[in-house]
Amino acid sequence: MAAAGEAAGAVPAAGGVPAAGGTAGGVAAAGGGGRASGGEPGLTISRDEWFAMVAHCLGAFPEEGCGLLGGHPDTGTVGTCYPTANAAASARVYTVDPRDHLRADRAAEARGESIMGVFHSHTHTDAYPSRTDIDQAPDPSWHYVLVSLRETQPVVRSYRIVAGEVTEEPVRVIEPLWVVEPAAG
Amino acid sequence: MPVEVRLPTVLRSAAGGSSSVTAEGATIGEVLQNLIAAFPAMAGQVLTEDGTLHRFVNVYVNDDDVRYLEQLDTKVAEGDTVSILPAVAGG
Repeated sequence: MAAAGEAAGAVPAAGGVPAAGGTAGGVAAAGGGGRASGGEPGLTISRDEWFAMVAHCLGAFPEEGCGLLGGHPDTGTVGTCYPTANAAASARVYTVDPRDHLRADRAAEARGESIMGVFHSHTHTDAYPSRTDIDQAPDPSWHYVLVSLRETQPVVRSYRIVAGEVTEEPVRVIEPLWVVEPAAG
Repeated sequence: MPVEVRLPTVLRSAAGGSSSVTAEGATIGEVLQNLIAAFPAMAGQVLTEDGTLHRFVNVYVNDDDVRYLEQLDTKVAEGDTVSILPAVAGG
């Protein structure tokens, strides 16, 4: 696995597929934020969950794909991505299937997490909330992740939506951390 | 009879920060009316002015969405859990 330093030159265009240790999504990747991980505003997600989210959206294509993000709202850290059915079954709109939502809510609680955001794809437009997304944003404490599939390479960006005002936030894609315990005896 | 009502984060501030409260009622409609009577800040967020279920929330009795049961006439019994979650949709 590449060290973060080696990967720095391989960080893709903002919002694109993350390289090891890379920061996707704009502010930090553009060099404007210089945000360190931990306690800073933004969304932190492991590569596994990032790929699970994007893979679900690709699988739903040409319809919009959607799902919920479970994790820790106080730190903005995603623990688990919960793909859900798009009950609208549409290429233009999405509705998180209500029963999938209930299941995700309970699963998150059982893990000591809570639902802290929603992701969905835009198949033919930018990774930016649509008017409908803004008007129907259900919770000002949530993170709203957009996955654009307009280009060959998916683009993932995250936003806060509070009282109709949209603010983009950095997305930090982190490696899963392994701990290998010493062999017994 | 009292049932447990689980609240989404967006409604918890209206209930003093609680994630779960109890409310009386034999049907979902009665439970929600009593919930709003106890926590008036929820008025308009759960039921519409006409007294119908707001389209921006989903309400469940145990595992089932009441829209697929008998809506507000869905009966509840002691020990049931009522869950309210935001309807999550967009474009």
